[in-house]
Amino acid sequence: MSSIRQKNADRIEELKGVRDTGLDEARLVAFLAHAWQTPKGLYGWLATVDHKVIGRRYVVTAFLFLILAGLSALVMRFQLAAPEAGRISPDFYDQLFTMHGTTMMFLFAVPVMEAFAVYLVPLMIGTRNVAFPRLNAFSYWIYVSGGIMIWIAFAFNTGADAGWFSYVPLAGQFYGIGKRPDFWAQMVTYTEVSALAVAVEIIATVLKQRAPGMTLDRIPLYVWSVLITAFVILFAMPAVMVSSTMLILDRLVGTKFFDQAAGGDALLWQHLFWFFGHPEVYIIFIPATGFVSAILPTFVRRPVFGYLGIVLSLIAIGFLSFGLWVHHMFATGLPQLGESFFTASSMMIAIPSGIQVFCWIATIWGGRPIFATPLLFVLGFIFTFVIGGLTGVMVASVPIDLQVHDTYFVVAHFHYVLVGGAVFPLLGAVYYWFPKATGRMLSERLGHLNFWFVFLGFNLTFFPMHILGLQGMPRRVYTYPLESGWGSANLFISLSSLVLFVGFALFFLNMLLSFRNGLPAGDNPWGASTLEWATTSPPPSYNFPRLPVVTHREPLWAEPDTLAVIEGLRVDAREVLGGMVADAVPQLRLPSADNSIWPLLSATAVGGTFFASIYTPWAVVWGAIPISIGFICWFWPKGEPEDEE
Amino acid sequence: MKQRPVVDVSHLPTYGFGAASPMWWGTLAFIALEATGFALAIGTYFYLAVLAPHWPIAAPAPDLAPGTAILIILLASLVPNHLVDRWAKQQDFHKVRAGMVFMTIVGILPLIVRIWEFPALRISWDQNAYGSIVWFLLALHTSHLLTDVGDTIVLAVLMFTQKGKVGRRLSDVSDNAFYWDFVVASWAVLYLVMYWAPRM
Amino acid sequence: MSTLFLTACSDWQSALHAHGDNARKIFDLIWTFGAVAATTWLLTVLVLAMALFRSRPPEARSPLQIDPDQERRLNCAVGSATALTVVVLIALTTGSFFAGKSIASMSGSETVTVRVTGHQWWWEIRYPKIGSLQAIVTANELHVPVGESVKVKLDSLDVIHSFWVPSLAGKRDLIPGRPSELTLIADKPGVYRGQCAEFCGYQHAHMAITVVAESREAFDAWRSRQDANAVTPSGDEERRGQAAFLGTGCALCHAIRGTPASGTVGPDLTHVAGRRSLAADALAMTPGALAAWVADPQSVKPGAKMPRIALSADDLNAVITYLGSLE
Repeated sequence: MSSIRQKNADRIEELKGVRDTGLDEARLVAFLAHAWQTPKGLYGWLATVDHKVIGRRYVVTAFLFLILAGLSALVMRFQLAAPEAGRISPDFYDQLFTMHGTTMMFLFAVPVMEAFAVYLVPLMIGTRNVAFPRLNAFSYWIYVSGGIMIWIAFAFNTGADAGWFSYVPLAGQFYGIGKRPDFWAQMVTYTEVSALAVAVEIIATVLKQRAPGMTLDRIPLYVWSVLITAFVILFAMPAVMVSSTMLILDRLVGTKFFDQAAGGDALLWQHLFWFFGHPEVYIIFIPATGFVSAILPTFVRRPVFGYLGIVLSLIAIGFLSFGLWVHHMFATGLPQLGESFFTASSMMIAIPSGIQVFCWIATIWGGRPIFATPLLFVLGFIFTFVIGGLTGVMVASVPIDLQVHDTYFVVAHFHYVLVGGAVFPLLGAVYYWFPKATGRMLSERLGHLNFWFVFLGFNLTFFPMHILGLQGMPRRVYTYPLESGWGSANLFISLSSLVLFVGFALFFLNMLLSFRNGLPAGDNPWGASTLEWATTSPPPSYNFPRLPVVTHREPLWAEPDTLAVIEGLRVDAREVLGGMVADAVPQLRLPSADNSIWPLLSATAVGGTFFASIYTPWAVVWGAIPISIGFICWFWPKGEPEDEE
Repeated sequence: MKQRPVVDVSHLPTYGFGAASPMWWGTLAFIALEATGFALAIGTYFYLAVLAPHWPIAAPAPDLAPGTAILIILLASLVPNHLVDRWAKQQDFHKVRAGMVFMTIVGILPLIVRIWEFPALRISWDQNAYGSIVWFLLALHTSHLLTDVGDTIVLAVLMFTQKGKVGRRLSDVSDNAFYWDFVVASWAVLYLVMYWAPRM
Repeated sequence: MSTLFLTACSDWQSALHAHGDNARKIFDLIWTFGAVAATTWLLTVLVLAMALFRSRPPEARSPLQIDPDQERRLNCAVGSATALTVVVLIALTTGSFFAGKSIASMSGSETVTVRVTGHQWWWEIRYPKIGSLQAIVTANELHVPVGESVKVKLDSLDVIHSFWVPSLAGKRDLIPGRPSELTLIADKPGVYRGQCAEFCGYQHAHMAITVVAESREAFDAWRSRQDANAVTPSGDEERRGQAAFLGTGCALCHAIRGTPASGTVGPDLTHVAGRRSLAADALAMTPGALAAWVADPQSVKPGAKMPRIALSADDLNAVITYLGSLE
């Protein structure tokens, strides 16, 4: 390296470091690969801050949790296939449905959406890494330790068992069983810390590191969706951190937040939880709509219809999502005027959601569809999500909600919204971006098969639940009497869930097979328009040899053969470009953090403290010492070249 | 894909202050989420107050002295805090060093007074919901004080090492001053809630 | 597919079989919303299919070549669809509001008041003193006169439960420290099943309540039968059973009016044999089921608060006979 540096010495005299200006391709790549590398071996694996490595890791981990949560659901369906089946105990059943919901919401759905954002955002906005790369690594380690902790607790018969929203007093100090709710509460804290960290870095990345020329009206819709989601996370997640902390304080040190005998209130929990819990649904759903807006134009060969309308709808959904929480609490008997307000706001959120659906259909109308697997999932999404949205309008009505609340109707409704509305686009997104991330195409034949099994299996499993709910079957019952007449429908549902299971098995099979044997993808296999397709598949550690400049909302369609780029960045040290928030005019050359083991060690210290605090409150005091050491070492500069200037 | 260089960024600086710096936006985002946490905790305080027939529940209003003393210290600290911020932006290393040492002392002072503030609440956290929420609020603010004082100390030490003589550290000092403003502002609000709401 | 399930549906605890004012108003609302939702969905899917399969001019073009006329038409279509959505949502919100108001207006004209307390995992039911009749306590079976408004006062002493008899009314949560109430009318004699609708622990699945709606005369007759103390044991077997009941743990938790047994942890058993079911409708009331329940509650309702009491076979039989006599 030093010889290369020597040769360029005359040119870089007035500028510190080696710059990419005029550097020939081979040297440029050699410098960048050196500066941005993840070292080989275990240390590199643990210390990397490459957003692509972390993003991939996040995705794989989230899908492992999906498998665990899916298998729990299958066991529940085994029990419910016949009335009074007695195949598993109520105790185990309660843990299963709690772990299913908790895992799906906290360990799969939110993290997988963050994972995609962490992977895709820097590529789509044309930068080399996220704004706070070490925070990104930290967030992953915290997330994975929280997930492993609660599943190990489950393996030791200490699985959370009070439902994924852990209502007090059932989860409180008098009725919560053993340490089960404590593990639940601390796991929530872990995952919220990680989600908040990702939200902060996404906000800073999107606002400050967009390619020059990527003005607000040229930001890809997917990036808009994760930006808005990040803001929703910022204002929603603190609510569940506050409430889960209060819960664990009530349980461990005898505070009285939720104890009605000492001035506390059980409903306070519900208010705080749902103030987070409802936006949570949109934290999962908004990025999914981003997937749709990214996939659709590529496969109908035209830009999305109504870009501005979709952006404004997303912003409206973000705001409105904070005005809906009470619709989870209609049956608690709040004042009628208040309930009417929440009915109206819940209905109103159907308007921006509707606008998005209309715009997508208009996009299809104006384009020429190519029926590849990602598009199939998008179409399956519209088909099923609209049902979930419409049943959402039904449960927004107070009187209807009083009949269907906490029944299988609601179970059907939120699975239509979350699976139809978020998992279908997610599967489509995997098919769409798998070639970019791995350099190989997924099999289209298996993909079509995968789609039809998932689509039919899903609808056959969940549609009948609407009717079961209206027929009076409450949710969260481990069994039901023979006389109820719910037996045949339940058997049908259990058998259908096997079809859905096969669908997901095909999905994972396709990934495993194609990862080894898939067709080579090339840079832009789908002929897409956004910047991530301008680099190689998989992208190099530095993402782009030279950072792109954007002159159009669909850059690769406007200029298919050449990429406008910047020059003048350092290539012998990690450097990215910082720009102005609104119009992305270049402003700073920003040093970007190098690999470090300290995010992992800090996460271990934080995680260990949370874990120990389940057993003694003093853990917080003693844990502060390793945590402080971890963070100080993390931030202490180590004489990287970036400090020379 | 062919590349067509169109912009030269070689002469851009490597750090900036305020909205130019991503770290400032990161700090702002953290302030936003922590402020949300404070707001929800304050919301809980009033929610419980409205439910209770008498507020505070079975306790006298908290003793004013320590809380007020902290408020005065914190408000007074805004002056040196802004001076440090200005010196950082003027890239005056000597003044920044002195200022950071002073801010470290100013940051530790309220933490010492706080030792007397918990007993001044005149209720224990496990007595009733009122006790729980006031301890919660005070602990929440204390954790913010501790975090920022810790950050101030690290930065102050850093300023005396070779690594401190880098422009980017001045940007960090400026962001740290920004966060201190938030710690002061949040105490002003909490002080009114905890000490004056029960006296209304 | 949906008809398959609808025909299979029974009259058993279903929101689709409304037999009371409250439930019927909601039933109408469900159908209205359901019809609007189904129409909307069909239209959306139809337009989606047209968008996908409409015939297009064959020439290939660049993805950025947009036909401005078509764009204008699409704009118009999206705008109209949005406007229509707004109108429909306003109509539905208004409909829902008035239905809610009319349900709320049912309260105020009640002729019977009853207090229902949720316990893990059974329902305690108290009828207040009225005229010459004393206050009584029973469990899991709520009697109401047909056609009259009944005020059900709800509360809970342990965790949150939810009172839900779908054929008669929407549900209402029972939250510790937050008493609430609900108005019921049954407009035809019958037995309506309900079930706890808020997850409340191990035996949430077996926490059912039966509402027996009967004529005013039958209701009054039932009420005065309940007013009486428990029958005195008439035969040797019953007397032995009572002694065993009082002598072992049973009386610590259960009350039988007219005997020293006055526990309040479990259901009042003064007229237990007069009820239709046992253990919050986990079992029908038959001598065999009663024996199975008393002999080993944990195998019927795992996790239930009732422990297994060690009784000799003879004592067990005697207790069953005694309890079976308490009509």
